[in-house]
Amino acid sequence: MKLYRAHVLICGGAGCISSGCHAVKEEFIRELQANGLQDEIQLIETGCVGSCDLGPIVIVYPEGVFYQHVTPEDVQEIVNEHLLKGRYVKRKMHRHPSSGEPVVSSREMDFFRHQTRIALRNVGLINPESIEEYIARDGYFALGKVLNEMTPEEVIQVIKESGLRGRGGAGFPTGLKWEFTRKAGGADERTEKYVVCNADEGDPGAFMDRSILEGDPHSIIEAMAIAAYAIGAGQGYIYVRAEYPLAVARMKQAIAKAREYGLLGQNIMGTGFSFDLEIRVGAGAFVCGEETALIASIEGKRGEPRMKPPFPATSGLWGKPTLINNVETFANIPVIILKGAQWFSRIGTEKSKGTKVFAIAGKINTTGLVEVPMGTTLRKIIFELGGGIPNGKKFKAAQTGGPSGGCLTEKHLDTPVDYESLQAAGSMMGSGGLIVMDEDTCMVDVARFFLEFTQDESCGKCVPCRIGTKHMLEILTRITEGKGEEGDLETLEELAKVIASSSLCGLGQSAPNPVLSTLRNFRDEYEAHIKEKRCPAGVCTALKRYEIIPEQCKGCGLCARVCPVQAISGVRKEPYLIDQEICSKCGLCLSKCPFGAIVVK
Amino acid sequence: MAASSCPASAHGCAEKYQKLDEILQEYKGVQGGLIPVLHQAQLLFGYLPHDVLVRIAEELDLPLSEIYGVSSFYSFFSLKPRGKYTVSVCMGTACYVKGAPALLEKIKETLQVEDGETTKDGLFTLDTTRCVGACGLAPVLTIGDDVYGRVTPDKVPEIFERYRQE
Ligand SMILES: Cc1cc2nc3c(=O)[nH]c(=O)nc-3n(C[C@H](O)[C@H](O)[C@H](O)COP(=O)(O)O)c2cc1C
Ligand code: SF4
Ligand code: SF4
Ligand code: FES
Ligand code: FES
Repeated sequence: MKLYRAHVLICGGAGCISSGCHAVKEEFIRELQANGLQDEIQLIETGCVGSCDLGPIVIVYPEGVFYQHVTPEDVQEIVNEHLLKGRYVKRKMHRHPSSGEPVVSSREMDFFRHQTRIALRNVGLINPESIEEYIARDGYFALGKVLNEMTPEEVIQVIKESGLRGRGGAGFPTGLKWEFTRKAGGADERTEKYVVCNADEGDPGAFMDRSILEGDPHSIIEAMAIAAYAIGAGQGYIYVRAEYPLAVARMKQAIAKAREYGLLGQNIMGTGFSFDLEIRVGAGAFVCGEETALIASIEGKRGEPRMKPPFPATSGLWGKPTLINNVETFANIPVIILKGAQWFSRIGTEKSKGTKVFAIAGKINTTGLVEVPMGTTLRKIIFELGGGIPNGKKFKAAQTGGPSGGCLTEKHLDTPVDYESLQAAGSMMGSGGLIVMDEDTCMVDVARFFLEFTQDESCGKCVPCRIGTKHMLEILTRITEGKGEEGDLETLEELAKVIASSSLCGLGQSAPNPVLSTLRNFRDEYEAHIKEKRCPAGVCTALKRYEIIPEQCKGCGLCARVCPVQAISGVRKEPYLIDQEICSKCGLCLSKCPFGAIVVK
Repeated sequence: MAASSCPASAHGCAEKYQKLDEILQEYKGVQGGLIPVLHQAQLLFGYLPHDVLVRIAEELDLPLSEIYGVSSFYSFFSLKPRGKYTVSVCMGTACYVKGAPALLEKIKETLQVEDGETTKDGLFTLDTTRCVGACGLAPVLTIGDDVYGRVTPDKVPEIFERYRQE
């Protein structure tokens, strides 16, 4: 292996690609060549570093200097100053939010400092297309250990003792699930069994699975092979959603490489164990993330959930015992095998061990992916790692668990986040999507958004889920349009109960959650919409009132000229007035007033 | 753009059908091969014409009703011709709270189409999607394979102009 004096890591995650990182990479290749540095300095394109909105991101090691928003024009300076003369290019470095001083090492940034990266251990550090780099970071050592030194029962025992629980939503103990699947069909080695990786990542706003598939694909292959050995399976499937073409391409490439290295296929590492993998691409149905629907989809059918039991562990793919785990769950496996169950179970809380990756997005300063020990408070995640709410706005709520979850408010900020505490707070862990909302977000509108989502994605098999959610959506839409009526909230609660109790799968059962949780925490907002025909956050268009503050209006008349429906009248140099009957709430006048005299209420 | 159903006999279609047959040969006997076949057929034809589904039914020995049942279940499959570029506005949660609805309105206005429709010149089909996994850059818009992050409504006309030039 060549020795380099420095490494330049360019983030090649989906976020940075869309911010233009490939042009930056091209420029680096050119500049390094031009200065004859190509044998001294290694250029590596990595998976998502996590802080996507700072992209394109370039990190220079050994120091770990973090350059953000790098453009091709900045490259020459970074090469000349930093790589040749050892002088950092301060103007492109990340700055400490409070002191404004450049942060020398990314390891000191608030965003990274508080993280414990297990599932994301390699993401953003290695070139995902290089199996050698994965191996250099202990990759496939866990598989070797398992195949050479452990019985399947011992593997299962380690996973059970680690306390690892499913990261796909329900939090079911992983070791137990492996044990059920192993024992299904009488632990007869000849019973056909399957291992499936759920990479459907349906929660809109969560992208941790994507980042693992793209940034560290071999960790999933290795973990699935370990699982296959433990349960006695010979074939595996990775079900990836169609919206992630890069993840599919990286996974394909990694599978081919693993086969080439004898880490997949017949007689792996000469141990007599055989296992192979196939990728199946989804086709845009959220419900396919539900395990029985996912199985139907791999079988080539409509992705409709079915009744459980029987659970996939006993009757899954083609009626055979099937182990299905989420991407992040799998990503933890090799580390647990190498470092041991005790090491893992020391991290986290009493009932939730290890770490969890959260995708923080919405109204937050640093959006992105963070991995923190279970039990970290919401306050720490949002205000320390995420840097708080932008533009000096106030925190209002955070949604966890996606369309199946609920919102957490101010009073939950200091609760240690784990499976149990989120449930107690009326939400759920879900896949780890964390959407932050500020005072400008209307909670009724958010509830309506989630219901529109679930109603749209309902597979239609159950009447309560199909018709009930539609009815709830109609009511919510009416409320946001200012046509809410007395008794609406009670009807919503009634419907919620029926849908939750009589739907077949988790989609229907949890569809009312966002409504119930906002009703519990923000009932006054609903009431303002219904009784006062007012949207306190100023979001619901139909309820907006554009008004001119007479004291601030200089009577210039600019607003009257832009109004497309002639709703504004007045005489020059005197306060103008908006006729609410005529105003179509287009908002054009708002930005036109040079004196800020127009407000939305 | 001639939005035909691409019958097996039509000019320029024969080659595609030949490719389709190759794909079908590859997946014959593969368990659960229908969905991968539909994916590849859509890539080939741009959508799933009736004649193509008939051919798939014959070759995979499945009832045509099942093929229709499956292709209509998944939103990714289109039974209608589509524009040269699919425009997808992300309506995932992160994008929604960061202004995706206003963005969608602006695009509808710019392209003069509603959600699900194709522009008259056959260039763009407008769609909404649920999260493309670039949530850190919300609101997100994709046109063909290109991903645009942090798109504000005022940037919309300029973005589409680029594709019209090509
Ligand atoms: C409507 C619905 C959607 C789901 N979507 C996903 C998903 O996108 N990814 C996922 O891993 N699990 C999803 N699940 C959970 C799976 O059914 C299953 O519990 C999980 O994949 C098991 O893996 P785990 O034990 O490793 O978490 C979903 C469940 C429901 C009810
Ligand atoms: S609850 Fe809804 S999504 Fe689930 S099976 Fe029933 S109709 Fe389909
Ligand atoms: S919001 Fe639009 S319609 Fe209403 S007064 Fe202002 S410009 Fe006129
Ligand atoms: S894609 Fe570069 S930081 Fe996420
Ligand atoms: S919510 Fe839009 S990209 Fe994820």
